[in-house]
Amino acid sequence: MSQGYFGAFGGAFIPEILHQTFAELTAAYEAARADADFWSEYLTVMENYSGRPTPLTYAENLSAAFGGRRIYIKREDLNQTGAHKANNVMGQGLLVKRMGKSRVIAETGAGQHGVATATMAARLGLECTIYMGAKDVARQRPNVFWMEQLGATVIPVTSGDQTLKDAVNEAMRDWVGSMDGTHYVLGTACGAHPFPEMVSWFQSVIGSEARGQILKQAGRLPDRVYACVGGGSNAMGIFQGFLDAPDVELIGVEAGGLGLATGLHAARLASADAEVGIAQGYKTYFLQDDDGQMKTTHSVAAGLDYVGVSPILANLHETGRARFIAATDAEVVEALKRLMKAEGIIGALESSHAVAGALRELPDTPEDTVILINLSGRGDKDIFTIADALHDPKWEAFIQEKADQYAKRANNPGDAS
Amino acid sequence: MSAAAHTSAIEPIIREKLSEKPILLMAHLVLGYPSIEENKKVIAQMVDAGVDLIELQIPFSEPIADGPVIAQANQAAIDAGFRVDAGLEAIAEITLTHDIPFLIMTYVNILHARGMGQFISDAAKAGVKGLIVPDLPLQEAGEAIAWSREAGLDWIQLMTPTSHDDRLAAIGAEADGFVYCVARRGVTGKNTSFDDSVGAFVTRCRAATKAPLAVGFGVKNAEDVAYLQGKAEIAVVGTAAIAAHREGGAEAVGRFFRGLRPAD
Ligand SMILES: Cc1ncc(COP(=O)(O)O)c(C=O)c1O
Repeated sequence: MSQGYFGAFGGAFIPEILHQTFAELTAAYEAARADADFWSEYLTVMENYSGRPTPLTYAENLSAAFGGRRIYIKREDLNQTGAHKANNVMGQGLLVKRMGKSRVIAETGAGQHGVATATMAARLGLECTIYMGAKDVARQRPNVFWMEQLGATVIPVTSGDQTLKDAVNEAMRDWVGSMDGTHYVLGTACGAHPFPEMVSWFQSVIGSEARGQILKQAGRLPDRVYACVGGGSNAMGIFQGFLDAPDVELIGVEAGGLGLATGLHAARLASADAEVGIAQGYKTYFLQDDDGQMKTTHSVAAGLDYVGVSPILANLHETGRARFIAATDAEVVEALKRLMKAEGIIGALESSHAVAGALRELPDTPEDTVILINLSGRGDKDIFTIADALHDPKWEAFIQEKADQYAKRANNPGDAS
Repeated sequence: MSAAAHTSAIEPIIREKLSEKPILLMAHLVLGYPSIEENKKVIAQMVDAGVDLIELQIPFSEPIADGPVIAQANQAAIDAGFRVDAGLEAIAEITLTHDIPFLIMTYVNILHARGMGQFISDAAKAGVKGLIVPDLPLQEAGEAIAWSREAGLDWIQLMTPTSHDDRLAAIGAEADGFVYCVARRGVTGKNTSFDDSVGAFVTRCRAATKAPLAVGFGVKNAEDVAYLQGKAEIAVVGTAAIAAHREGGAEAVGRFFRGLRPAD
C-alpha cells in the first residue's frame, strides 16, 4: 500500500535501495509521534536552546498606516540561527538520536537550513555534510562561512542549474550510499513520505503558539494568515494552528520573481505555469516543460526558488482551503524596507514575500480586519543581496575597502593587519 | 496486481541466447548524449561486439538514482535540446535496425508528463520490449505494471541489497522478463568489488523469483563479468561504457565490450 497521500499529492517515489531506510524512518517518526514524552522533550529543547515560544509582535505603526487594521507578526526570525528552520532540524536531530545514527546530511538553498542543521549537528555531536547549489554558495557566502565554522562540510553542487533542486538530488545520491549511519535532514515539507508530514509536525509549533498568542492579544482568531512558500514548511507550520477554523483565510505567498508574465519566477500554485508531476520522491505541482523536465526558477530570495511545493499545500490549494498568490522581487524589497522603517524588524527576503502579499491586499479588507503574518526568518544573511537591491553607496564603499585590505594582505603575507 | 496473464517478451530471448553463451551483456546508454547520431554509431558498435540487450535512458533533469557521470550525461543531452518525441522516433529506428531486445530506462515523470498509458503504448510502438523506471517502486507501480502487460512490455523490477527477503519475494512475484539486481548501495558509476557479498545478494534474489537475473552497478571489466558468470544471467554495463566512449569514441565502445568476454 502506498502511504503519505494528501488528496492526489505526495507518495514515496524512491529508488528501491532506500525502501528500507524510509520504512525505518517512518516507523521511528510514528513511534515518536505516539510518544508524548518525545514532544515534550522537543518543546523543552526548543525553549531552552532556540528561544521558544517566539513572540507575537503587534505591528502598531504599520497597523496605524492601514487605518487601524490590526497586523500581528509571528517572530520566527528570533529563533536560534534566525529562522523557523531551527524547529524542523532540532526535531529531526532528536529523532536521529533515537535512531542511533551518527551523521546527518542536508540540502540548502538560502543556507538557512544548512546553518540550522550545522548548529543542530554541533549541539548533538553529529557529523554533518551540507549540499548547496554552486550558485547559492556564491550568493549566500555569509551562511557558507557559518556552516564551515560550525564544523560542517559544505559541498557546492555544480550539476543542473546549481540551485536548491540540484542540492536535493546530490543529498539523495549521498543517502543511497550512506543510509546505514546517516540521516537526511530534509529542510522543508516536501520529498517522499514521511518528510512532508514529519516536517509539518515539527513546524506545527509555530501555529499552535500563534493561535494562543493572537487569541490573547487580539481577543479573537485572525481573519487572514499570510506565510511565504518555498517548499512550504513555515506556511504549513503556521497554517496548522488554524486549519480547523474555516473562517480563517490561509494565504501562501510564492516568489513572483520578475513577474509571472516573464516566466522568471517560482510560483507553482499561484501561476498557471506549473503542472502536476513526480520528481524528487513525491507528486506535486512542479515548474516543468511538456516533456516533464524541470525548469529553472528565479527569485531574489534563494530560499524560495524551488521547483516543487509541499504536497500538503498542493492539496490545500486543490481543496480551496488555502489561497496562493505571488509577490515580485521588487514588491518584496519595498515590503522589507517598509517593515524595517515602520517596526524596526529586519525580515529575510523570503519572509518579506509574506509581508508584501499582506500589505498589497490589506487596503481591500474591512477596517476591523485582523491579520497574522509569519515572519519566517531574519534578514542579516541577506545583507549582500539587499544592499545590492538598495544600491547603498556607503556599503559598496565599505566592501571595496575590505576587498582592498584583503588584496593587500594577499600580496604581503607577513602583514597581519 | 496479478502476474498470471503476462507472457514475457524478453525472457524467451534471454533463455535462447543463454543456450549459446554462459552470460549475456546488457549495455546502458543515455539517449541524446552526446547526440542521437552518435548514439546510433555506438549502438551499432555494441551490437557488433555481441551485446545482447540495450537499455536506452531517456534523459531526465532530476536523475536521482544516477551517479555523476550519467547525471551529467542526462543534463548535457537536455541542454543540447533533447526532446522525448525525437527520442521515441530515434528508438523506433534503432529497434528496426538491430535484432536484439531494447528497453527504455527513465524516471517516472517522463512517463507521467506524457500520460502514463500514452507513454507505455508509444514505447511499445517504438519497438522496445521493456521498461526500467527506478523511481517508481512496487507500491506505486500498480497501474504502470498493468498497462505495460497490456501493451506487451516487460516491467523490469529492481532488487537491492537493502531489500529484506519478504520485500524481495513481493518484487519477485511481480517480475516480468528479468530482474535488475543492484549490486551495491549507492548510485551508478562507483566501483563495486564483486565478491562474496554480491554473490550472497544474488543468491537471495534467485530465491525470490523465477525470472532471470541481471546484475549491474559498477561492472567495469572482464573480471567482474567472469565473477557474475554462473551466478546471474546478465551483466549490466553503463558508466564504464560512457567512459570508454569519452576516451575513444564509438569504436572504443566496441573494443571495450569485446574485451568483456575473455572466453570468446
Ligand atoms: C527565512 C526563510 N523563510 C522561508 C523559507 C522557505 O522555506 P519554507 O517554504 O519551507 O518555509 C526559507 C528557505 O530557505 C527561509 O530561509
